[in-house]
Amino acid sequence: MEPSLARYIWTHTKRQQVWILLIVVLSMIPYFISFDLPKLIVNGPIQGKGFGEPGATQPFMRLHYNLPFIGEVQFFSGFQLDRTETLFALSIVFLLLVIINGLFKLYINTYKGRLGERMLRRIRFDLVDRVLRFPPIYFKRVKSAEVATMVKDEVEPLGGFIGDAFLQPVLLGGQALTAMLFIMVQNFWLGTIAVVIVVIQIVLIPRMRRRLIVLGRERQLTARALSGRVGEIVDGIGAVHVHDTSNYERADIAARLGLIFKIRFDLYQWKFMVKFLNNFLAQLTPFLFYMIGGYLVIKGRLDVGQLVAVISAYKDLPGPMKELIDWDQARQDVQVKYQQVVEQFTVEGLIAPRIGALTIDAPGPMTNPLSAINLSIADDGGGMLLDRISLQVKPGETVALVSTATGGAEALAEAFARLNWPDSGKIASGAEDLFELPEAVTGRRMSYASSDVFLFHASLRDNLLYGLKHAPLTSVPYEGAAADQQRWNVHEARRSGNSDLDIRSDWIDYASAGATGPHDLFEAVRRVLDAVLLSRDILDLGLRSSADLTRHTELARRIVELRAALRTRLEQEGLSGLVVPFEPGAYNKEASIGQNLLFGAAAGPELADKALAANPYFASVLRQAGLDRTLFEMGMEIAEQAIELFADLPPDHQFFQQLAFMGAEEIPAYETLLQRLKNRPYEAVSENDRAMIVTLSFAYIEPRHRFGLLSEDLMSKIVAARNRFYETLPSELQNAIERYDPARYIAAASVMDNVLFGRVGNNHPDAPDRIRSIVYDILDELGLYAELLDVGLDFNVGAGGRRLTAGQRQKLDVARALLKRPDFLILNRPLSALDQRVQDKVLRNVLDEARCDGHSPAIVWVVTNPAMGMMFDRVIVFDSGKLVEDGTLETLLAGKGIFKELLS
Amino acid sequence: MLLKDEVGMLQRVPLFSGIEPTKLKLLAFTSDRVSYSAGQILFRQGDEGDAAYVILSGRADVLVDSDSGPIKVAELLPNSIVGEIAILCNSSRTATVRAASPLEALKISKDHFLRLMKEFPEMTIEILRVLADRLSHTTADLIDARNA
Repeated sequence: MEPSLARYIWTHTKRQQVWILLIVVLSMIPYFISFDLPKLIVNGPIQGKGFGEPGATQPFMRLHYNLPFIGEVQFFSGFQLDRTETLFALSIVFLLLVIINGLFKLYINTYKGRLGERMLRRIRFDLVDRVLRFPPIYFKRVKSAEVATMVKDEVEPLGGFIGDAFLQPVLLGGQALTAMLFIMVQNFWLGTIAVVIVVIQIVLIPRMRRRLIVLGRERQLTARALSGRVGEIVDGIGAVHVHDTSNYERADIAARLGLIFKIRFDLYQWKFMVKFLNNFLAQLTPFLFYMIGGYLVIKGRLDVGQLVAVISAYKDLPGPMKELIDWDQARQDVQVKYQQVVEQFTVEGLIAPRIGALTIDAPGPMTNPLSAINLSIADDGGGMLLDRISLQVKPGETVALVSTATGGAEALAEAFARLNWPDSGKIASGAEDLFELPEAVTGRRMSYASSDVFLFHASLRDNLLYGLKHAPLTSVPYEGAAADQQRWNVHEARRSGNSDLDIRSDWIDYASAGATGPHDLFEAVRRVLDAVLLSRDILDLGLRSSADLTRHTELARRIVELRAALRTRLEQEGLSGLVVPFEPGAYNKEASIGQNLLFGAAAGPELADKALAANPYFASVLRQAGLDRTLFEMGMEIAEQAIELFADLPPDHQFFQQLAFMGAEEIPAYETLLQRLKNRPYEAVSENDRAMIVTLSFAYIEPRHRFGLLSEDLMSKIVAARNRFYETLPSELQNAIERYDPARYIAAASVMDNVLFGRVGNNHPDAPDRIRSIVYDILDELGLYAELLDVGLDFNVGAGGRRLTAGQRQKLDVARALLKRPDFLILNRPLSALDQRVQDKVLRNVLDEARCDGHSPAIVWVVTNPAMGMMFDRVIVFDSGKLVEDGTLETLLAGKGIFKELLS
Repeated sequence: MLLKDEVGMLQRVPLFSGIEPTKLKLLAFTSDRVSYSAGQILFRQGDEGDAAYVILSGRADVLVDSDSGPIKVAELLPNSIVGEIAILCNSSRTATVRAASPLEALKISKDHFLRLMKEFPEMTIEILRVLADRLSHTTADLIDARNA
C-alpha cells in the first residue's frame, strides 16, 4: 500500500479534488464581495455619505477598487439609486450573498463528505482484501481483534480527513488570505499587525503540537493492544476460569487502562495548553486593533467605517487560521495513524491477486499427480517439521499418512492444502508449482478437512454449503426501487474500488456437488451427512427446534396426516399408552396445569412462563372459573411440600433439577412468603403474592409429582376455564398465544411437540427414545424425512460453531470437504474428537462416498491410529520429519519397520 | 399412588426402614415413578447398574442366563427392592429382571442415592447397619454350609 497518505488520497481522488478546488475558488468571489458590503452600507446610506442633498443618487453595484500598484479599477458603472433605495438594495444584496455563500458551503461539505466516505470504504476494503491475501504465517503472530480494530476504528478518522485533505488548506487559506488582503487594503499598518501575529501562530503552534503527535501514536498502539487483549480474554475465557486467573486478567487490563489514561491525560494537558496559547494570540490582534485603530480614528487618520470593516474582517481571520492549524494537526495525526496501519498490513509474501481472482467457469479436473519434491517445512522456532521429503500421490490413489508423535505428516497435509508454506523444495501438481495455481483450481478440485475446524456464526446449512460458494453464478433480477438501489450499490462500490459482486446472487456451485440446482442438492447433502454419521444429530436438532414455516411448508401442510400416522402406529404397536394426546375438551394428565389451562403455545412474552399468572386477563379468567382460590391453595400446598423437601439442601444441589416449581435461589423468598401468608385469609393476600403462589401450581403434573392435588372436579373446571379463556380472548393477546388445534401446525412449538400433539407419559422410562424412533420412521414413510433434516440444517451453530460438540464440528467439516467432490481429498486427523469405533465407521463411509458415481479422487488421510491404514491402498510412515516407509499395506506388514511397531 | 404412600412403601423396605420419613420423601420425590407392562424388561444381566427399583405393585421375575436359556431364580413382590447392590458398588447387573404382571416401581437413580447418602450421614449409617446385618447373616449361613 502507498506509504504516504497524501499520495494515496491524490492517486484515488485527484479529479474530485481538482473539481472541489475549482468550486472553492469560485465560492471565494461572493465571499470576498460580502466583506465589502458592511462598509458600503454603513458609510453610504446609513451615514449619508454621497447623499448630501435630498434626492441625490449614487451608482449601485459599481464595482471599483483601489488596488496597490494598479490604481483605480472599475468593473461596472451601476444603477442610480437614492439613499433609502440604496440601503434596501445593499441589504438585499447582503442577504443574497449570505444565501449564496451558504449554498456553496452546503455543496462543498456534502461533496467532501461523500469523497471522504468513499475513500474510507476503499481503505477498509483494501485492508480486508490484504487480510484475505496474507500468507498463513502472519496469522500466527497477529491477534484477530487487533486486525479488526485497525480496519474498523483506526482508519475511521481518515474518512473525515480525506475530504479536507486538499480542500481545507485551500479553502481556509483562501479565506484567511482574503480576510488578510481586505485588512491590508483598508489599512496597511493594521494589516501588518495581523500578519505578524499570524506568522507567530503558524510557527509556534505546530512546534508545540509535535508532542501531541507522539502521544497520539502511543495512544493508538496501546488502544490496539487493549482490544487484542480483550479479544483474547473472550476467546480464552475457559482457560481463565479453569486456572482461576480472572484477577490476573483484571490486573492486566487495569494496568493497560492506567497507561492509556496517562497517555490520554497528557494529551489533554498539552492540547488545552496549546489551545490557550492559540486563543491568546488570536485575541491579541483585536486588542491591538482597538487600541491602535481607535487612536488613528481619533487622530482622524482612519474613518470609522474602515475600522469597523477591518474589525469585522478580522472576525473572519482567527476562525480560518485556527482551523488551518487544526487541519495541520489532523493531517499529521492521520498520517501517523495511516502509516501505523499500513506498516501492519505491509507483509512479505502477500498472495498475488491472480491466485484469488474470480473464476466463474468450473476449472477442469486435476489429473496430474500431486508431488512433494525435496520438501522441507520448519516451525516458527526453526525446528524441522519435514526434512527434504519427496513423494508422489497419483490421482485416484488412497493414501494413509501414519506418523509418530513428531512425524510431520500433519505438516505435509497442511502443505498440500497450502496452509503451511515450504521453506525449501516445492509441491507440484504435475509440472506446475501447486502454490502458483489459482485458488479457483485448488479450492474446487481439492478439499481439506482437519481436526481444527472453523465454523462461521451461521446455520448448519450455510456452513455445509460454504465450500461451494466460489463465485456468483446467477444474476438476480431486480425491479423498481430495488433495481435503483442495486444500480446505486454497484456504482458506489466501483467508485470506492470495492468488489461489485452481488452477495444476493446464488453462489452455490451445484454442479460440483453433483446436483443441478437447489431442488436436487439435498440428495447430495443427505448422502454426505449420512456418510459422516451426522444425519441423526441433525434430525434430533430438527425435532427439537421450531420450523420456519415460510420455508418448511410441507410439515405444516401435512401435520394432520402426520399426527394420525403416529396414533395409528402407536396403536398397532400397542403403545398408545405412551402418549396422551391433547384434546380440546379434555384434561391431559401428563401435561402441567399451566399447559392444560392455556392449551396453546405462548408466542410472545405476555403469556410465557412466569408472566402468565400475573397477566390480568388470565387472572380474571381464573376468577370467573372459580379457580383462583383453588389454585392458590394448591400453590400453598406445593410451596410447603417443596420447602419441606428442599430447604435443607445446598442451593447447588443436583436435586433442584427435579424441582420444577421454583429455582434454588427462590426457596428463601418462598419460605418468607409462606410464613407471611399462612393463616391469612385469601382475600387479604395482595395480587402480587397471589400470582407468586398461583404460578407454582402451573408447573404441577400429577403423575410426576404425586402430591395428590388433582381431582376430577378440578380437571373439569380447568377445561372450562380453558374454553372461557379463548372465547373472550382480547385482541391484544391474539398474537401472544397459539391455541392447540388438532388440525393446525403450531408455529411456536418444536417439530416434535407438533407431531406428538400430546405429552409423553411420565411413567415410561424408555418412552422418549421409542417415540423418537417411531417419529423418524413415520417421517421417512411420509417422505418428510428430508424436510425434517432441512429444519435441522437451520440450526445456528453459534460463534465458531460452539453450539455443536467438537465431534459434530469435525463431522461437519468432513461433510463439507466431501460435498464438493474433489479430485484430491486431504484429511488431516479429521475425526480426532470421536472414539475409535466411530472414526473407523466414518472412515469406511467416507471412502465409499468419495468413490460413488464413478468418482475416484485421490484421498490422503492423516490417520490417528495406524490400524486405520488397513483401509488404504498405500501407507506412508513418517518419523521425526522424515519419510521412513512407503508402500502397500502388505509390503509394510511383511517388513520389520516402524509401521509394524506402531501397529503392535 | 401418591408420594406419601410411596414413603410408606419405602419404610417397609428393610434397607430404608430406619431412615427419617422426610428423607424418604425426598428420595421418593427425586425418584422416577415407572410403569411396565407384563413381559417388559427392567434391566438385563450384564448391563451397567444405574438405578435400584422398589416394587410398588405387581410382580417381577429375576432371571439368570444359562446355557439352556434364562432360568427364573426368584420372584419379586411389592415392597421389595432390586438392584441395590449395583448402585452401591460399580458392578454390572448379575441378573435380568422382567415384569411378570403390570408393574409399578420407583426408580432410584444411583447418582441421587449416593448424593443422599453423602448429604445425610445418619441415613448412611442406617444403610450400613442393614448391610452389615446382611453380611453377618451371610457369614453365618456360610459357616453353617461348611459345617454341614
